[in-house]
Amino acid sequence: MSKEHEHGMSVIVKTVTRLTVGLIFLYGMYIVLHGHITPGGGFAGGVIIALSFINLDLAFGGKVSGKVFSKGGTSLVEALGAVMFLALALMGLQYGGFFDNFLHPDGEPGDLVSAGIIPLENIAISLKVGAGLFGIFLTLIVLQKFESEKKQ
Amino acid sequence: MISESIVPLFVAIPLAGAFLTALLKRVKGIPDTLGVMSSVFTFALSVFFILRMQAGRVFVLNVGNWGGFHEVLGRIVGIQMVVDGFTIFMLIIVNFVAFLVAVYSVNYMTRYTEKWQFHTLFLLMLAGMNGVLITGDMFNLFVFVEIASIASYALVAFGTEKRELEASFKYAVMGGVASLLILLGVIFLYSATGTLNMGDMRAILADSGQPALIYLVFGLLLTGFGLKAAMVPFHAWLPDAHPSAPAPISAMLSGVLIKALGVYAIARVFFTVFGFPHQVSIILLVLAAVSMGVGALVALRQWDMKRLLAYSSISQVGYIMLGLGIGTELGVLGALFHLFNHSMFKSLLFLDSGAVEYSTGTRDMKEMGGLARKMPVTSGSTLAGAMSLAGIPPFAGFWSKLIIIIAAVQAHHMKLAAWAALMSIVTIAYVLKVTRYAFLGEVRAAFANIREVPAFMRISLVVLALVCILGGLLLVPQVREGFLDPAVRVLIGTGGM
Repeated sequence: MSKEHEHGMSVIVKTVTRLTVGLIFLYGMYIVLHGHITPGGGFAGGVIIALSFINLDLAFGGKVSGKVFSKGGTSLVEALGAVMFLALALMGLQYGGFFDNFLHPDGEPGDLVSAGIIPLENIAISLKVGAGLFGIFLTLIVLQKFESEKKQ
Repeated sequence: MISESIVPLFVAIPLAGAFLTALLKRVKGIPDTLGVMSSVFTFALSVFFILRMQAGRVFVLNVGNWGGFHEVLGRIVGIQMVVDGFTIFMLIIVNFVAFLVAVYSVNYMTRYTEKWQFHTLFLLMLAGMNGVLITGDMFNLFVFVEIASIASYALVAFGTEKRELEASFKYAVMGGVASLLILLGVIFLYSATGTLNMGDMRAILADSGQPALIYLVFGLLLTGFGLKAAMVPFHAWLPDAHPSAPAPISAMLSGVLIKALGVYAIARVFFTVFGFPHQVSIILLVLAAVSMGVGALVALRQWDMKRLLAYSSISQVGYIMLGLGIGTELGVLGALFHLFNHSMFKSLLFLDSGAVEYSTGTRDMKEMGGLARKMPVTSGSTLAGAMSLAGIPPFAGFWSKLIIIIAAVQAHHMKLAAWAALMSIVTIAYVLKVTRYAFLGEVRAAFANIREVPAFMRISLVVLALVCILGGLLLVPQVREGFLDPAVRVLIGTGGM
C-alpha cells in the first residue's frame, strides 16, 4: 500500500473525489461570477467553494487542504473579503451614496459584464463566506483531535 | 445634503474597525487603537448630528440610490436609513458608553488572551446596535438585531470557562427563539401591508384599519423584543449572561444592548409603526410592574456583585417600560430620561464591579470589605452610580424616577405609582448592601496589598460618575429642548418618520 492510503477513506471515495473536486470548485466559481444574472451569488458560491476544500479533507484525511490554507490564512482571507465589500460600498459615497453602483448604473439584462459593482461585491462575499465556513471546519477538526487525545 | 450621505458611517466605521482589527491583529497596539478610534468617530458623528438637528428635522437616506423609484412605483424600494430625534438620542447614549467601555478595556482586557478577538466582536456588536437605531426598514431591523445578538453571544462566552459557556448557550438559545419570533412577526406584517418600510407601513395601517392579523403580530413582536429587553416572564437568560461576560461587555449588555435591541425596538415599532394601541399599553404596564418587583426582590438576595446588578437591570427596565406604557408626554419623557440614566449608572456599576474583580479577584461580596480605603476612585464612582440607581436627590436617577411616578399619578395609575415608589425603596436596600459589604468596614488581611486600577480604567469610571451626578441638568429647559424633547416628540407623534 502506498503512503497515500494510510489516512482517510477508501480508494473508491478518494478516486471519485479526485475526479469531482475540481468540478465542484469550478461550479462554485461559476455560481459566484454568474450571481447577478442567474440564481446564486456570493454566499451560495462561497459555500460551494468551501465545500470543495472540505471534501478533500474528508476523503484524504485532513492534511491535504492544510497545504493550501492554514487556519490563520482563512481568517486573513475572510477579513479581506469583508473589508473589500465595505470599501466598495463606501466608494459609492464619492458618486452619489452608500452602495451606489458607480461603475455601471444602467445594466443590460442578461449581459455578463454590465452590472457594475454587483459582481465585485459577490466576489467579496464569496471570499468572506467561503473562508469563514472553511475556517469553522478547520477549528472543529482541531477540537476533535484535541478531544480524542484527551481521551487517550 | 452632506448630512444625509454620511448616515451609513454609523454602521460602516465600526464594521471597518472590526475587520481591520482582524487583518492587523499581529501589529502591536492596533486592536486597542482601532477599538477606541472607531467608537470615538461614531460618538463624534452622533454629536455632529445633534448639532445639525433642528426642530422636527429628519434625515432620510436611500441606500444604493434607489430613491428615484419612489415616483415611478408609488412606494419605497430598497432600504431607507432614518435619523430623527429619538434615533439621535439613542445614538448619543450607545456611542458614548461604547467609547468609555473601549477606553476601559485597554487596561482591563490585558487579563485575557487574544485581545483582538474581543475588539472585533465588540465593534461588530456596536455596528449592529447602531444599525438597529438608524434603519427605517423592518427586515433590516431584524438583520441588525441578529448582528448585535450573535456578537454578544460570542462575547458572553469570551472567558471560555464552564460557567461562561453554559450562560452563553442559554443566552444563544433564548436569543434565537426571540429572533425567530421577531422574524415571524416581520413576515406577517409584510404579508398584511405589502411593504417593509416603516413609514409606508404606518400609512397603510392607518388607511386600511387594522387587519385581524395585526394582533398576532403584536404578540410575536412583543415577545421577541421583550426577550431581548429581558422583561419579566422573558428574563431567564439575563442573570446568567450578563455576569458571565467580561466586565466591559457586561456594561455594554446591561447598559445599552438591552435598550437598543429591546426598549428602542419596542418603542419604535409600537409607537411609530402601530401608533401605540391601547392593548399594548396595558400589556406593557403589567409586564413593567412584574419586572420592577421580581427584579428588585431577587436582587436583594444576591451575594455575587455582578449578578445583583444584572437583576437590578431587569427591575430598572421595568421602570422604563412603565413610563412608555403610560404613554403620555410626561411618561415618555420620564422613560427616556430613565433610559439615559440607567445606561450611565448601570455601565458605571458594572465597570466598577470589573475594577473590584481586577484588583481583588473576587465578585463575592461576602469576601470583600473595606475597599474604600484601598480603591478610592472605584469606591467613589460606585457610590455615585449607586446613589443614582437608588434615586437619591440630587443624583440623576432621582429625577427620572420622580417624573415616571408623577406621570403615573397624572394618568390615574395610583397603584402603579405606589408600587414604583415601594420598589425604589427596595432598590435603596440592595444598593446599600453593595456599598456596605464591599466598600465599608475593615480591610480584609487578604486584600492588604491591593492597588487602585490603572489609569484608563479610572478615566472611564470618573467620566461616568460625573454624568451620574450632573445628569439631572438634562432637565434644564434649554438643554432639554435640544436632547430629550425631540425624542419625546417623535414617540408621541408630533414629529419624526
